Amino acid sequence: MGAVVVLVDHRDPRWRGSAAPLLALAHELGGRQGWSVDAVWVGPGHDEEVATWVASTGPVVQHVVQVDGADPQLPASLGCALRAVADDAAARLVLVPSTFEGREVAGQLAALTGSGVVVGASSVVVEDGLVVAGKAVLAGSWRTRCAVTSPLAVVALDVHAAAAASPATPPGTGEAEVRRHRVQAPAAASAVQVLVRAARPVTERPSLAEAEVVVVGGRGTGGDFSGVEDLADALGGAVGATRVATDEGWAPHALQVGQTGVTISPRLYVGAGVSGAVHHRGGMAASATVVAVNTDPDAPIFEVADVAVVADVRTLLPALAAEVRSRRHRSG
Amino acid sequence: MVALVKHVPDVQSARSFTAEHRLVRGGPDDSLNELDEDCLEAALHLVEATPTSSGQDDDESGDGARPTRTHRVTALTVGPPAAVGALRRALAMGATDAVHVSDEAVAGSDAVATARVVAAAVDHLHAQHPVDLVLAGMAALDGLGSLVPSAVAALLGWPQLTLADRVQVEPGSPGSPGGAVTVRRTTAHHVEELRAPLPAVVSVTDQAFRPRSPSLKGLLAARRTPVDVIGLADLGLAASTAGAAGSTTRVLDVQPRPELADQVRLVAGQDGRDVAAELADLLVERGF
Ligand SMILES: Cc1cc2nc3c(=O)[nH]c(=O)nc-3n(C[C@H](O)[C@H](O)[C@H](O)COP(=O)(O)OP(=O)(O)OC[C@H]3O[C@@H](n4cnc5c(N)ncnc54)[C@H](O)[C@@H]3O)c2cc1C
Repeated sequence: MGAVVVLVDHRDPRWRGSAAPLLALAHELGGRQGWSVDAVWVGPGHDEEVATWVASTGPVVQHVVQVDGADPQLPASLGCALRAVADDAAARLVLVPSTFEGREVAGQLAALTGSGVVVGASSVVVEDGLVVAGKAVLAGSWRTRCAVTSPLAVVALDVHAAAAASPATPPGTGEAEVRRHRVQAPAAASAVQVLVRAARPVTERPSLAEAEVVVVGGRGTGGDFSGVEDLADALGGAVGATRVATDEGWAPHALQVGQTGVTISPRLYVGAGVSGAVHHRGGMAASATVVAVNTDPDAPIFEVADVAVVADVRTLLPALAAEVRSRRHRSG
Repeated sequence: MVALVKHVPDVQSARSFTAEHRLVRGGPDDSLNELDEDCLEAALHLVEATPTSSGQDDDESGDGARPTRTHRVTALTVGPPAAVGALRRALAMGATDAVHVSDEAVAGSDAVATARVVAAAVDHLHAQHPVDLVLAGMAALDGLGSLVPSAVAALLGWPQLTLADRVQVEPGSPGSPGGAVTVRRTTAHHVEELRAPLPAVVSVTDQAFRPRSPSLKGLLAARRTPVDVIGLADLGLAASTAGAAGSTTRVLDVQPRPELADQVRLVAGQDGRDVAAELADLLVERGF
C-alpha cells in the first residue's frame, strides 16, 4: 500500500489548471502501483463546488487542512500541512506544481521529513520500487533521471509535462471521502505577517505559465511589440519577452521568460527576434515545438528550433498573424 | 548577515557531467553564481543603511567604506577547494568575512543534504556572533532548483521570506526587540508584502538590487582577508549526513539532448510574405 498525495494549489485563481494534470498523472501512477490517490486542499475555500470537482478527477480521499496560527499560503504552512497528510495517508510520493512557490513548498517539506526532492521534473515513474523523476537540465542541453531513495519522495512537476503524459482526465467515481485535519503552524510561519496580498492584474490573454502557445519578443522587435501581440492573439496564446525586452521597458517584467523569469513549456513557442541566450533557453527549453524567427542565420536559438525562419520579424509577424487568421476563418 | 554564495561553472561554457553523473566543476571560467551578487549587494546595502552603534567600531582596516565589525557580512559557501573563488569575489565586493565549508564528505550532496550543511554552518556562526539575516540569491545557475533557501529556513526554524524584490530591515524596537525584516515579493498571481522578526532567511531576485563592481580597495582586501575553512566535524555533523551518503536522491543517468532530427528551415525573401504562408500552413498542419 501507499499513496500519492497531490497538492491542489489554489493560490492561483485558475487552480484547476495545475491540479487537473497532476491528479491525472497521480491516478495513472497510483493505479499501476496500487497506491491510493489523495488530494490536499490547504486553508479555507473548500466548498461544495471544489469538493465535487476534485472528486470527479479520481482521488480516493480529499484532505482539507486548516492551519492554525499562520497564513495558510506561506511555504512553511503548506509544508507542514502536506507533512501531516503524508503521514496520515502513508504517502510514498507528494506532487506539487513546479512553480517558484511550489519549489519552496517542496523544499520545506523535504527538509522537514528528510525526504529526497526533485524540482522541475518533466516525468515521474516508479522503477524497482523507487520513484524516478526525469528532467531537462543545463538550459535543456541534458536530460537526467533521478531516483529518490527515501521512503517519501517529493516531486515538483512541470504541469505541462504532466498534462502531456496523462492527457485524459480519469473518470472519477465522483465520490471521495473528505478527511479534515487541523495542524498547528510552526513558529517560523506564525511569525510571518502578511501585510499586503494583492492580486496582479489579469489580462485577456491566457497566463504565461499556463498558455499552450507563447509568442516571445526579443531585442529584434526593436521595441515594437504590436506584431508579437497580434500573433499571440491570432494563435490564442500568451505574450512573453526576453530580459532585454523587459529591461528596455517594452514589456512588463512579469512577462520575462527564462531562468530568472517564468519557466514555460507550451505546446508551441515562437521566438521573435530572440537570440537564444543560455539564460533564456533555461526557461523555454521544455517547449514542445519551437519556432524561431531571426535575421541571423546562425542565431543560437536555431540550434533548438523545430522550425527555423530566417526573416525580419517586423514584416514576418504581421503577415503570419494575417495568414493564421485567414486559415482559422476558413476552417471555423 | 550571512550571504550564501556558490561557485558554479560558467553558464556560457559547454557544461557536462562526470561518469558519476556529477556536474563537471573546477573549469577555468567557473565563477561566483551571478545571482548571488544580488544577495551580496542586498546584504551590503542593508548593512550600510543600518547605523553602527558607537564605540564598537573595531574595523581594523580603518576603511570607512567597508562595513564595520558590528555589522558583518559573512559570505558562506559549501563546496570543493575551488569554491574559494566565489568567496574571493564576495570579499572583493565588500563582504567582511568568508567561511568555506570544505570537506571531502560534502561532494555529491543533493539539495537537502546541502541545506543541512548550510543550516549547520549558520548555527555555528550564530553561536559566535548573532546572525540577523541569511540572504540567498534566487537560484544557482547550475541546478536552478530555487529550493535550498526554503529548506535552510525549515531546518533552522526561521521565517522564510523568499524571492524578494525589495528588502527593508528595521532595527530593534520595544515591539520587536530583535528587529524585523519586510520584503515585497511578486508571485505568479499576487504581489505580497511580508514582515517577520529577525533572524530570518531571505532570498532576493535579480530585480532587487544592482550589484556593485569590486573597488580596487575591495580587490586588495579580498587577497589579504583570511578565509575560514571548516569541515563537517567543526559543525558537529557526521560524514554520513552529507555527500552521497547523506543524500536521498541518486542520479541514474544523464544524456545529452537528442539532436533535432527534422528541422524545417525557411528563408524569407525581401518582404517576408512568401514564408508567412508556408509557416502558417505548417502550424495548421501541426494542430495550432
Ligand atoms: C544572471 C542572468 C540572468 C538572466 N536571465 C534571463 C532570463 O530569465 N530571460 C532572458 O531572456 N534573458 C536573461 N538574461 C539575459 C540573456 O543573457 C540575454 O541577454 C537575453 O536573453 C537576450 O535577449 P534577446 O534575445 O532579446 O537579445 P539579443 O541577444 O540581443 O538578441 C536579439 C536577436 O534578434 C535578432 N534580430 C535583430 N533584429 C531582428 C529583426 N528585425 N528580425 C529578426 N531578428 C532580429 C538578432 O539577430 C539577435 O539574434 C539573463 C542574464 C543574466 C546575466
